[in-house]
Amino acid sequence: MSAIPADPNVTAVSATPRTETNYLNADWSIKSWLLTGDHKRIGILYLVTVSFFFFLGSIAAGLIRYELTAPAGFILESETYNKVFSAHGIIMVFLFLIVAIPAILGNFLLPLMIGARDMAFPRLNLLSWYLFMIGGACIMGGMINGGVDSGWTFYVPYSSMYANSNVTMVLTGIFIAGFSSITTGINFIVTTHKMRAPGMTWFRLPLMVWALYATGVVIILGTPVVAVTLLCIIFERVFHLPIFSAELGGDPVLFQHLFWFYSHPAVYIMILPAFGVQSELIANFARKRVFGYHLIAFSSLAIAGLGFLVWGHHMFISSESMYQGVVFSLISFLVAIPSAIKVFNWTATLYKGNIRLQTPMIYALGFIGLFTIGGLTGLFLGCLGTDVHLTNTYFIVAHFHYVMVGGAVTAFLGGLHYWWPKMTGRLYPESIAKWNAVLVFIGFNLTFFPQFIVGFMGMPRRYHYYYFAPEFQPYHIMSTLGSTVLALSFIIPGLYLTRSLTKGAKASANPWGAHGLEWETSSPPPTSNFLQIPVVLDEVYDFDPVTEHEQDKAAQALEVPSYLSNEAKSIESEKEKR
Amino acid sequence: MAAIASDHGHGHGHDEALHHQFEDMEQQNDSYIVGMWTFLVTEVMFFGALFLIYTLYRSMYQLDFYLAHKVLDTRMGMINTFVLLFSSFTVAMSVRFAQLQNRMGVLAMLGITQICAGTFMVIKYFEYQEKFGHHLYPGPGFGSSPSYLNGASPNFAQLYFGLYFGMTGLHGLHVLIGMIVIGYLMAKWWRNSPMVTKDYIPTELVGLYWHFVDLVWIFLFPLMYLMPKP
Amino acid sequence: MFSNFPATPPQASSFSREHDLIFYALLALTIIFTVMVGIGVIYFVIKYKRGSDADRSRPIYEDARLETAWSVIPLILALIMFYFGTKLFITMRVPPADAQEIFVIGKQWMWHVQHSNGVRENNTLHVPAGKPFKLTMISQDVIHAFYIPAFRAQMHVVPGRYTTMWFTPTQPGKYHLFCSMYCGTQHSEMGGTVVVMEPREWANWIENGGQSQATLTLEQSGERLYKQLACNNCHGAEDNMRAPSLYGIWGKKRTLTGGRSVIADQSYLRESILRPHNKITNGYSNTMPVYDGQINEEDVLKLMAYIKVIGSSVGGPSSSGTDTAAAVLNGTKGTMSPFAANAIQYQNSSMRRVDSTPTTRSGELAVNAIAAQQEAKGN
Ligand code: HEA
Ligand code: HEA
Ligand code: HEC
Ligand code: CUA
Ligand SMILES: [Cu+2]
Repeated sequence: MSAIPADPNVTAVSATPRTETNYLNADWSIKSWLLTGDHKRIGILYLVTVSFFFFLGSIAAGLIRYELTAPAGFILESETYNKVFSAHGIIMVFLFLIVAIPAILGNFLLPLMIGARDMAFPRLNLLSWYLFMIGGACIMGGMINGGVDSGWTFYVPYSSMYANSNVTMVLTGIFIAGFSSITTGINFIVTTHKMRAPGMTWFRLPLMVWALYATGVVIILGTPVVAVTLLCIIFERVFHLPIFSAELGGDPVLFQHLFWFYSHPAVYIMILPAFGVQSELIANFARKRVFGYHLIAFSSLAIAGLGFLVWGHHMFISSESMYQGVVFSLISFLVAIPSAIKVFNWTATLYKGNIRLQTPMIYALGFIGLFTIGGLTGLFLGCLGTDVHLTNTYFIVAHFHYVMVGGAVTAFLGGLHYWWPKMTGRLYPESIAKWNAVLVFIGFNLTFFPQFIVGFMGMPRRYHYYYFAPEFQPYHIMSTLGSTVLALSFIIPGLYLTRSLTKGAKASANPWGAHGLEWETSSPPPTSNFLQIPVVLDEVYDFDPVTEHEQDKAAQALEVPSYLSNEAKSIESEKEKR
Repeated sequence: MAAIASDHGHGHGHDEALHHQFEDMEQQNDSYIVGMWTFLVTEVMFFGALFLIYTLYRSMYQLDFYLAHKVLDTRMGMINTFVLLFSSFTVAMSVRFAQLQNRMGVLAMLGITQICAGTFMVIKYFEYQEKFGHHLYPGPGFGSSPSYLNGASPNFAQLYFGLYFGMTGLHGLHVLIGMIVIGYLMAKWWRNSPMVTKDYIPTELVGLYWHFVDLVWIFLFPLMYLMPKP
Repeated sequence: MFSNFPATPPQASSFSREHDLIFYALLALTIIFTVMVGIGVIYFVIKYKRGSDADRSRPIYEDARLETAWSVIPLILALIMFYFGTKLFITMRVPPADAQEIFVIGKQWMWHVQHSNGVRENNTLHVPAGKPFKLTMISQDVIHAFYIPAFRAQMHVVPGRYTTMWFTPTQPGKYHLFCSMYCGTQHSEMGGTVVVMEPREWANWIENGGQSQATLTLEQSGERLYKQLACNNCHGAEDNMRAPSLYGIWGKKRTLTGGRSVIADQSYLRESILRPHNKITNGYSNTMPVYDGQINEEDVLKLMAYIKVIGSSVGGPSSSGTDTAAAVLNGTKGTMSPFAANAIQYQNSSMRRVDSTPTTRSGELAVNAIAAQQEAKGN
C-alpha cells in the first residue's frame, strides 16, 4: 500500500474489501447517471458541468485581457466588451465559484468524511444539479441570445430600466441556480447534524466539514434574499412592478443593500470551503494535526456570522449615510481577524511537521501567500478613507481575483488533485502537476499584481477604452502577458487530468497515507461508501510526524519512491522501459 | 483516524418507508424535521426581504400608502384570513389523525384544507380582477381612473400596488404550491402508501409548510389592508 | 517606448497626501504580514521537509497564548487603521462652510457642470487651486460616479437624490475625470478633464464665461423660470391662501401636515417642486401641480438657486454673480459674491432662526380633509 505503513487500527478497518464494483462502474447506462441519487456521482456531474462553465468564463477572461492590451481595443465594440465582462463575472461567480468547491468536493466528500452512506436527501441533491443545469441553460441562453451587459452586480436602475439586453432571462437563470444552492445548503446542514457515524463527535469532524457546514448556513440565510431581490428586477422588467424605480420614488440604493446582503456573504460561500480544503491539505502534507483545531472551526462560524454584517462596505460612497459607513467599516476590519487566525494557524501547523512537497501542498502553500495578499488588500477597501479613492478601480479587480482565483480556485485545484485518486481511482502524473502548480502561482501574480498598481493610479474597472490615459497601458500589457501564462497553467491540468482517467495508474485506497474516513474505503468508493458504517474512536488528524520521520529514514535506505504506491511504481517503471 | 467496523445493523430492505441512507426511522424522521425547518428559514429570509422593502417604503410614504390602501376591500381580506386560519386548524387536525393512523380522518381534513385554499385563491382572483378593472395595476395605464386613488400620489400609489401585487402574488404562488403538495399527500394517503401511513412525519412536514404559508398571510393582511391613519 | 511610466497618481488635492499616507501605511502592513507569513512558510518547509533531520519531538497543537497573540495584535493594528481611515473619510464627507458650490448632472454618457455664476461646461471642470469646492450632484438616468483620481475624490451620482463631495485642489494641472460607476455602453468614455488653474487665470476664465458664454447666472435664469412656470401666481412674498411664501425659506425648519418637520434643504426643495404631494406644508392641501416630468434636473437647480436668494436682505432676486471670481480670489467675506455670501448667510441663519414664519393656518389638515371626503363618499 502506501509507502508509509498505515497505523495498525486503519489496517483493521480496511477490512472493507477492495470491491471490484465501485460507484463509477456500478452501472454504465446514461440513465443511471442522470437519475442517480449517489452524492459521489452528483459530485462528478457537477465536476463536468462546472468545468465546462469555467472554460466558458475563462474564454471571456481571455477576451477581456486581449482587448485591454490596447488603449482603444482591438476587436470588440464597447457594447460587446460590456457583455463579455458581464458574462465573465456572472459565469465565474454564479456558475463556477459558488458551486465549485461545495457542490463538487463538498458533495463528494461530506458523507464520506462523516461516515454516512449518502447525503440526508439524495433526491434533493439530484434536484439541485438539475436546477443548476436549468439555471445555467437560462443564463447561457440569455447570453447567446443577445447577451447581458449589466455587470454581475445588476445595479438598478440600469438593469431594470435602461439595459436593453437579456437581463430577464439571465436573472431567471440566476434565480433558479440560487435554489440549487439552497438545496445543497440544506443538505449540508441536515447531513452534518444527523448523519454522522457513531463516535463522530462535533470536535472530531474534519475541518472541511466545519467549513461546509458554515457554508451551508451562509447559503440558506443569504441566497433567498438575493433571489427575491433579483426577482424584483424581473418583476419590474416584465410586470412593471416598480419596486426600485427612482422615477416613482423608489430607492435604487435599497437594491444595493439587498444585493450585497447576499453577495458579500457569497464571497464567503466561495472562500469558506476553500479554507476547509486548505486545512485538509496542510494537515495531510505536513503530517500533523492542524494547529488550533478549535479556533479554526469556530473562526469559520465567526466568518459566517460576521460576514452578514459588513455588506455596506461595498457602498461607502453610494450615498449610504456616513455613520453607516463607519459601522460597516469597523465590522469589515473585525471580520479580518478570524481569517488572520486561520492564516497563522496554518503556518504554525508546518512547525515540526514532516512536510511533503507534493502537488496539492504546493497549491496549499501558494494559497497562504495569495490569500494573505488578497485579504490584506481587502483592508484597503474596508478602510473608509482609502476606499473612496480605490473603489470602482482595478484595485478592486485585483483584490477579488487574489482572493477568488489566488484563494478559492487555487484551493479548488489543490483539493481536486488531492482527492482525484479517491474520485476517479486513478493517479495523475505528479511531476508535471507539480511544476504546473508553480506555473499557476507565477502566472497568477503576473496577471493580477500589475492591476493593483494601475488601480491605485485610478484606472476604473469595467472600462473598455483608456486611450485618454495611456499611462495605464504598460500595466495592462503585463497583465495580459501574465494571463497567457495563467491560461496555459489552467489548460495543462485539464489535459493531464483527463488523460489520467484512462491512462493513469490505478490508485490504492489511501495513496497519500492520509487520515480520515474517506481514505478508509476503496478508491473509488463503493456505491454505498462503506460496506459497514464505521465507528469512530480516535481524534481527527491523528498523524504522528515523529514516528513517520523515523520510518521515512528507514524507507529511504530501501529507496522507496516518494508517494506512489508500489503498484503505481511498477507501472511507471514499465513505461520507462518502453 | 482509526475506526472499527460496527456491528450496527443496516436497516436497508427491512422497512419500506426507510431510505437506504438512514440507519433507522428515528434518524430519518429527525433529518426530515431538521430539513423542513432549515427550508422554512430560507422562506423566512425570502419573505423577510420583501417585508423589509415594504416597511421602508411605507415609512417614507405613509400618507400615500394609507390613501392607496383604502381601495382594498377589507371584508374580502378578512374572509380570506379566516379561511386560511381555519385551514391551519384542519391541517393541524389532519396531523393529529395521522398520528392516530386514522386514514379517512386525514383525508377528510386535508380535503377541507384544499377547499379552503381554493376559496382563498378564488377570492384573491376577484380582488385582483377588480384592481385591474380600476387601472390600479402599475405600469403605463396606471391611475387612468384617478378616483380610485383616493388622492394618493399616482407615483407612490404605484409603489404600493407594486408591492401589493408582488407580495400577495408570491404568497398566492405559495398557496398554489401548497395545494399541489397537499394533493400529492392526499394521493399517497388514498393509495395507502407506506411512505405516509407508517409514520405521521410526512404529514406533519406538509402541515408545517402550510402553517408557514398562513403565517405569511397573517402578516400580509394587516400590513396591506389595515393601515392606521398616519 | 513608454517614456511615461508612473506608478502613482498625481497628488493634486488637499486629501491626496493624507490619503496616500494611510495607503502606504496599509501597504507597509501588507508587506510586513505577507513577508512574515511567507518567510515562516518557506523556513518551515525547508526545515521540516520530509527527510530533513530537524527536531520534531514534542510538537505543539494548541497554544492559547500564541493564538491570543495573533488574534489581538492584528485586531489592534486593524483598529488603528480603522481610526485613521474613518478620520479622513469624515473630513472627505463634511464640506467646509465656505466651500463654493458647483452643480453636476450626470447622464448617459456625459457630465454637465454648472458653476454658480451660470458658466456651464461639459465633461470638463475648471477650478482654481487653493479654494474648497463642493459638488452637488444628481443623475438624470442611471447611477454614475464622479471620480478624480488625482484628488482622491469619488462619489456616486444617483438618480432621485443629491449627493455631494468636496475638495480643495492644490496643484495646477490637467487631471483625469472619470465616470467610475458602470452606466452602460459608453461608460468608459464618460469622462474628461479637470483643469486646475492658477487662481488668477481661473478668475479670468470664469469672468469670460468659460467656454460658452452664459448670459445669465443660475439665480437669474431661475428667476426667469419662476415667472415662466408661473410659480409666482401662487407663491408670493407672504403666505397667502393659495400657497406658502417661499421667501427666506432656504435652510429653515418647515412643519408638514401630521406635525413632522423637515429642514428646507436641497432635497426637500427638489422634492417639493417635482412631487409636492409627497410633503405637504402644514395648513395647505395638495394643490400644487406636479412638475415631475415637466422640467428637467437643470431647471430644478435653477429654481432652487433662485429660491435660495429670494427674500434675502443681502442678495435679492436680481443679484448678479459676475464678481464671484473676485470673491473667491480674495477669499474674504467682505468682497464675496452675493451668491456665495448668501449661501453662507442662509446656512448660518438657519441655525439661528428656527421657524420664524408661522406655517400653521386655520383650516383642517389635508389628510383629515381627504379622509373626510372619503368617508362622505361612503367608502
Ligand atoms: C472569495 C472572495 C472574497 C473574500 C474572501 C474577500 C475578503 C474580504 N474583502 Fe472583498 N471582495 C470580493 C471578494 C472577496 N473579498 C469581491 C468579488 C469584491 C468586488 C465585488 C464587485 O464590486 O464586483 C470585493 C470587494 C470588497 C470591498 C468593496 C470595495 C468597493 O466596492 O468599494 C471591500 C470593502 O471593504 C472588501 C473587503 C474585504 C475584506 C475586509 C475581506 C476580508 O475577509 C479579508 C480577511 C483576510 C485577511 C485580512 C488576510 C489574512 C490576515 C493576516 C495575514 C493577518 C493580518 C491581518 C490584519 C493586520 C488585520 N472587498
Ligand atoms: C471565480 C471568479 C473569477 C475567476 C476565476 C476569474 C478569472 C480571471 N479574470 Fe475575472 N472577474 C470576476 C471573477 C473571476 N475572474 C468577476 C466577478 C469580475 C467582475 C465582473 C463585473 O465587473 O461585473 C471579473 C472581472 C475581470 C476583469 C475586469 C473587467 C473590467 O472591469 O472591465 C478582468 C480584467 O483583467 C478579469 C480577468 C480575469 C483573468 C485574466 C482571469 C484568469 O484567472 C482566467 C485564466 C484564463 C484565461 C486567461 C483564458 C483562457 C482562455 C483561452 C484559452 C481562450 C482565449 C481566447 C481568446 C483570446 C479569443 N476579470
Ligand atoms: C397652484 C398653485 C401653485 C403653483 C403654481 C406652485 N405652487 Fe408651490 N406650493 C403650492 C402649495 C399649495 C404649497 C403648499 C403645499 C405643499 O407643500 O405641497 C406649495 C409648496 C411649495 C414648496 C414647499 C414650501 C414649504 O412650505 O415648505 C416649494 C419649494 C414650492 N411650492 C415651489 C414651487 C415652485 C418652484 C413653483 C413653480 C415651478 C411652484 N411652487 C408652483 C402651490 C403652488
Ligand atoms: Cu456614467 Cu459610468
Ligand atoms: Cu464584501
